[in-house]
Amino acid sequence: MKQPYHLQVNGRDCAVEAEPRKILADVLREDCGLTGTHIGCEHGVCGACTILLDGKPVRSCLVFGIQAQGADIRTVEGLADGDELHPLQQAFMEHHALQCGFCTPGFLMLGAALWESGAKPTEAELQALLSSNLCRCTGYGNIQKAIASALDARDQAPKRSGEGAP
Amino acid sequence: MNAVLGRRVTRLEDRPLLTGCGRFAGDMVFEGQLYMRIARATCAHGRIAAMHLDAAKALPGVVAIWAGDDIADLPPIDFRDPAATALAPYRQTILARERVRYIGEPVVAIFATDAYIAEDAAELIEIEYDEYPVTLDASGPLGEFAPGLQTEPIMLEQGYGDIAAAFARAHAVIELTLKIGRHSGVPLETRGAIGRYDAANDILELHGAAKVPHRNQEAMARFFGRDHAHLHLHEGHVGGGFGIRGELYPEDFLVCLAALRLGRPVKWIEDRREHLMAANHSREQEHHIRAAIDKDGVVLGLEDEFFHDQGAYIRTHGARVVDLTIGMLPGPYRIPAYRAKGHMRLTNKTPAATYRSPGRYEGSFVRERLMDAVAGRLGLDPIIVRQRNLVPKDAMPYARGLGALGTDVVLDSGDYAGLLDKALKRFDWRGRQAAIQARRAKGEYVGLGICMFVEKSGLGPKDGARIGVLPDGGIEIVTGSASLGQGVETALAQIAADTLGVDYRSIRVIHGQTDRIPYGIGAHASRATVLTGNATHQAAILLRETIMKAAADLLQLPVASLLIRDSIVSAREGGHGPSISLRDLAVQMPDALHSEGWFHTDHMTYPYGVHLAQVCLDAETCLTKVESYLVAYDVGRAVNPAMVEGQIAGGFAQGLGGALYEEFRYDERGEPLSVTFADYLIPTLHEVPALDILVTEDAPSPLNPLGIKGAGEGGCTGVGAAIASAVADALQKPEAVKTLPITPQRLRNMLRGPA
Repeated sequence: MKQPYHLQVNGRDCAVEAEPRKILADVLREDCGLTGTHIGCEHGVCGACTILLDGKPVRSCLVFGIQAQGADIRTVEGLADGDELHPLQQAFMEHHALQCGFCTPGFLMLGAALWESGAKPTEAELQALLSSNLCRCTGYGNIQKAIASALDARDQAPKRSGEGAP
Repeated sequence: MNAVLGRRVTRLEDRPLLTGCGRFAGDMVFEGQLYMRIARATCAHGRIAAMHLDAAKALPGVVAIWAGDDIADLPPIDFRDPAATALAPYRQTILARERVRYIGEPVVAIFATDAYIAEDAAELIEIEYDEYPVTLDASGPLGEFAPGLQTEPIMLEQGYGDIAAAFARAHAVIELTLKIGRHSGVPLETRGAIGRYDAANDILELHGAAKVPHRNQEAMARFFGRDHAHLHLHEGHVGGGFGIRGELYPEDFLVCLAALRLGRPVKWIEDRREHLMAANHSREQEHHIRAAIDKDGVVLGLEDEFFHDQGAYIRTHGARVVDLTIGMLPGPYRIPAYRAKGHMRLTNKTPAATYRSPGRYEGSFVRERLMDAVAGRLGLDPIIVRQRNLVPKDAMPYARGLGALGTDVVLDSGDYAGLLDKALKRFDWRGRQAAIQARRAKGEYVGLGICMFVEKSGLGPKDGARIGVLPDGGIEIVTGSASLGQGVETALAQIAADTLGVDYRSIRVIHGQTDRIPYGIGAHASRATVLTGNATHQAAILLRETIMKAAADLLQLPVASLLIRDSIVSAREGGHGPSISLRDLAVQMPDALHSEGWFHTDHMTYPYGVHLAQVCLDAETCLTKVESYLVAYDVGRAVNPAMVEGQIAGGFAQGLGGALYEEFRYDERGEPLSVTFADYLIPTLHEVPALDILVTEDAPSPLNPLGIKGAGEGGCTGVGAAIASAVADALQKPEAVKTLPITPQRLRNMLRGPA
């Protein structure tokens, strides 16, 4: 039985009418029209569907849409500022950190959580964090480089990273 | 010249993919679409005794349910290329008829208004089976595929030289039995297909196409008895291909058939569990190899007999992997006499086909284990044994006396010894050997491994490309190529930009749309950059001539005095002369500025590589840690070195999966045990070590004007072999590693087993 509810996605209100069993990833894609969040396994292993829920990276295939009411939901569509790419997106392009692009939104949101938290992970910490998501094209090295370089740039240009201290 | 060809420019593909604007199969929505769900066989081999579909049919939202009898008038899925008639009875129908042969086989198709409802309906379907004995070992006794049909449809055989004489004069004979595990491409995007029937124009459309849209259009047109003009395939973004995505599967036909019969668009998106039991598997082979060697470790003759586990049906490739295994097995070594027999065997497992480096990943493992065994038996350095057997540079072009993919294997160019030297130096092989001795003395299990191999690419006979100036002055290249994430848009734009004197970012590359161009080879077997790239080059040369001639007429200057820079045609000398932009030229001559270019070739071109590995084994956990790895690969000419390295790095990670982690396992009843990502272990960043890549351009191909050799597979080809070689070295047991992947259980047995 479908139920009406509201989600806050990328700062906007999204009116949903869906069954309670519908997973958040499907709600975002089908009811909010945001297909940038991809579904790679539906059992919480691959991380392609990673989004931010109240600033924390979460697998949206393991959350029901209805459970996300009241939360601040962020998806890949919310990263760029108009035509201007987020520094993470720019770094992915410059480091050739994507090929097919299917896992990319998940890795970007994982990176966005780090970016916004102000965290400065060591190389080993970053490697451990990024090991939560699967990529089948790149062999990961360039993804790690891209995120590390974006975090470095954030720390060297504090004025540009206003998101870091809300 | 812009000289953008050969540069590390950023990709044209990236922006939509980074901003969530990609258009993958799952992202497509058509008004009124239905969702398909497949109920799959739960019995690995049996007769369908009864089906209970009524409860599913009664579920609100279910529009139709089909079983095999409902579509019995349709033929099985055919081979893409002409194949031996002996293979025909082993093709798969789009839904099972009477008998099922693997767990995961489509038995019933459900069509409903919502994906969740379709899945609910599938849960309500009950199918009863009379179980038959299962065949799970391709090298064991023959089983029965159907009454009167055994499980070996064909045995392929090739060879050259006097093999008997080689063994008669051998100093020693080495025999090994080697197995490669069952694994596959497993792209991050599962399969997806949307069938749509445009009744107004009588056009049947398949969205979610990939890899070989035009070849698949041909196959589907034959299947449905429709003319090409009334059946089109459309490729959106594709979340990885690796050989397995974009083949035609039962589900592709079912959505199209349903769109025709039900009169509504029909969408199917595979779930991961289905993918791991229904999309093509690959690799599983058992080899029995014998080598005759002289006292210096030179291989005089090589005999191989292998069993290829094809799974339950023969899919679109026919016997291609068996053929490639035989044709490419000798690799970079001379081997004066060779004979190989490949038994293609059906088993009650998921059907198998090509996956990145098909036949070469397997054959390289076998050949390189043999080289290490030769060195071990004779007490020689494994590098020296390899050097003594290499095809020398001055023997190029080198006709192997073998065929593969219907052409003669003629190694076109290469300096195998030269690349080996470069790789050893870069890796500091000798320095590492000394360091390893010291660590071994402290009780560590550390080892170095090597694989040398030859890849193949650029299979002909031809491809074409069309190029033209758009009314806004931009350039459009229309190809029948396909994009699977490899960067084909950027590569083709770089090739054309260089010739045309335009910014590569002003070029738009069309691919994967059968209604835009009537031909195209797609993207597979490392063919696209070689064939479509050279066709694009040719088309760009012709377009440049047309532009120059038109501009010369308008500017009243000789062609030789003109150049194109940043999309403006102007006089070569001085900045004040007359000029005209491509945009203005296109406005003046709206139908003139386009061309079509073709590239033809009779032979494949052969890139080659060296993989070097250093591993450390943990004697307690029996885990293999890869400490360092180098891939050295000669691609003739790199269109975009960053993308070449990207291909190599990605291929390496996949090869590593097959070497250490990934394996489709089955229980004794044929139940697949690797149907989640918790069981089928794709390497994460934690498992993939920092990789060193050496891309060389020492041996451009003489077979195409750009000198290109394909770069898509060499990162993967040698990984199983090199890791196995390093593990054997760490164990100090040259013949211990007989099976891939080297799982902890297998390593444990080797650690405790005989020398």
